[in-house]
Amino acid sequence: MSNDTAGFGPAPETTGSEPATRPVLEVRGLEVRYGPRRRRRHALRGVSLSVAPGETVGIIGETGSGKSTLARAVLGLVRASAGSVVLDGEDVTAHGGRQWRALRRRGVVQYVFQDPLRSLDPDLTVEASLGEPLLVRGVSRAETARRVRAFLARVHLTEDLLGRLPGELSGGQRQRVAVARALVTEPRLVILDEPVSALDAANRVQILRILEELRDDGVSLVFISHDLGSVAGIADRIAVLYRGELVETGAAREVIGRPRHPYTRLLVRSAPTLRSAPADRAERAALRALLPA
Amino acid sequence: MPPLSEKLLTGTAKAERAERAQEKTPKATEAARTAGAGPASPSGPPSPVLALRDVRIGDRAGGREIVHGVSLTLTPGSAVGIVGESGSGKTLTCRAALGILPAPFEVTGGSVEIDGHDIAGLFPARWTDLRGATISAVFQDPASYLNPSIRVGAQIAEVVRVKQGRSRRAARRRAVELLRSVQLRDPELVSSQYPHELSGGMLQRVLIAVAIAAGPRILIADEATTALDVTVQAEILDLLADLRERTGLALVVVSHDLAVVAQLCDEVLVMRHGEVVEQGSAEDVLHHPRHEYTRLLIAEHEQYGLEKFRTPEEDA
Repeated sequence: MSNDTAGFGPAPETTGSEPATRPVLEVRGLEVRYGPRRRRRHALRGVSLSVAPGETVGIIGETGSGKSTLARAVLGLVRASAGSVVLDGEDVTAHGGRQWRALRRRGVVQYVFQDPLRSLDPDLTVEASLGEPLLVRGVSRAETARRVRAFLARVHLTEDLLGRLPGELSGGQRQRVAVARALVTEPRLVILDEPVSALDAANRVQILRILEELRDDGVSLVFISHDLGSVAGIADRIAVLYRGELVETGAAREVIGRPRHPYTRLLVRSAPTLRSAPADRAERAALRALLPA
Repeated sequence: MPPLSEKLLTGTAKAERAERAQEKTPKATEAARTAGAGPASPSGPPSPVLALRDVRIGDRAGGREIVHGVSLTLTPGSAVGIVGESGSGKTLTCRAALGILPAPFEVTGGSVEIDGHDIAGLFPARWTDLRGATISAVFQDPASYLNPSIRVGAQIAEVVRVKQGRSRRAARRRAVELLRSVQLRDPELVSSQYPHELSGGMLQRVLIAVAIAAGPRILIADEATTALDVTVQAEILDLLADLRERTGLALVVVSHDLAVVAQLCDEVLVMRHGEVVEQGSAEDVLHHPRHEYTRLLIAEHEQYGLEKFRTPEEDA
């Protein structure tokens, strides 16, 4: 593949801006392709998005819209075929494994997935799981024990769970441990991919409250979900992905309250609320007809 | 020994078929709708298809009661919603109605009647006839209910063949029709695929297709649309509304999403710690809640839901 595609999109503006207002995440013209050469398709195309310090950006879209690919590309788990990803001023687009490990050690970015069993080692107790990232970074045992307890409290869990394995926790507790593990290294940005989708109402609200507290502490969040309600509840801004492209980005109130793109209107109007029925088949078909083929 | 189970097998099933055939005429459906109830005999109130009377569920091993009395009545075409946090007894109540309480739980009091017959003491063989054909269910985690090594279409066709006695070929055709009715875009293709080739939303629709395959009179939907994309959820909600109207299917809807319950249900039960803390019409419970727990659920829903930014005027 030729090299000139790497410069696709406007150049990153990280050099001239103030560090205080510099975005924690800056995605420019991101493109991810997959499949064999003949039938290569775009998972993401021309995606540009920035996340300011302390900002929560929600990403909505349906199965196959590229939400998770975006998260994985930002985390270096899939390779971009064009465009750039800049994390806290550092262009990570071409980073290899060693550079990523260094970045993670610096505590720039962490992640939480839908299934906490994927982010937690099943053979490690809660205490070991939370302490491991700190011990790896050379934090003393005493200080690690102190911080593990502090972060456990931050996700509203009690210390009697420290000796448990992930399999011995409830789904809600497990997801809170996964959040705590993402937090112990005090990252500036946390990527959350469907973090509340497997939880019941009470646990969902509890996780969302914890995330709000994090945001108030200045942590930036990227919250990816198919559940519009959760995203509306927590995001400052919302970006809408449709077939790998961002079709609308704006303040949460605007995107949910006054959606402009037909796809956003289709999403928002398909969801019932306590007071209103969703759009009927005819209205949904009319909105669908407005979408690019 | 029990003549009632014999009736379930023969008489009732026949009567059901006759009733359903009648419901197919638009006139009958129209009359039922104007009467303000599900399809029913013109005289008197419609007889319930499912009735729970003070159902109590206990843990045999621990010797304690977990669900402290649930009562609900489902008439044809009606829908009851159950809301509450996990561990409140919603799912156990559903499982009791299906006769599939996992050990060590058991019904310790009250009664469950399906189509007027008490299910206590029903033989396993009778249950097999009842499930699918009269009462069926969809749960949240679709992958664990399908056989990973059998094509999706064959699994649905199996249900159709066993429950409705159709030929293999007819059952295959019916499977594709069912997949189309749950709004899967390419039903022929899906029919030939294995569960691992399908997304969670597609699997959930397959499960719904299985659940309605034998034309049940009662469908229990336990978080059935939770994992679905919002546009797919809208399709499924429409499909369930259609089935209610067209065939008089009665629904029990368990959901953490109060908006889904508001959309589908006539009556709502709010459960907490095994207790029904509030029960009434969906309008009363969701718009004029009396119990503080119901108020909390609604407040949380509005704070972390679309209601935060959507007003009824904007929706209009």
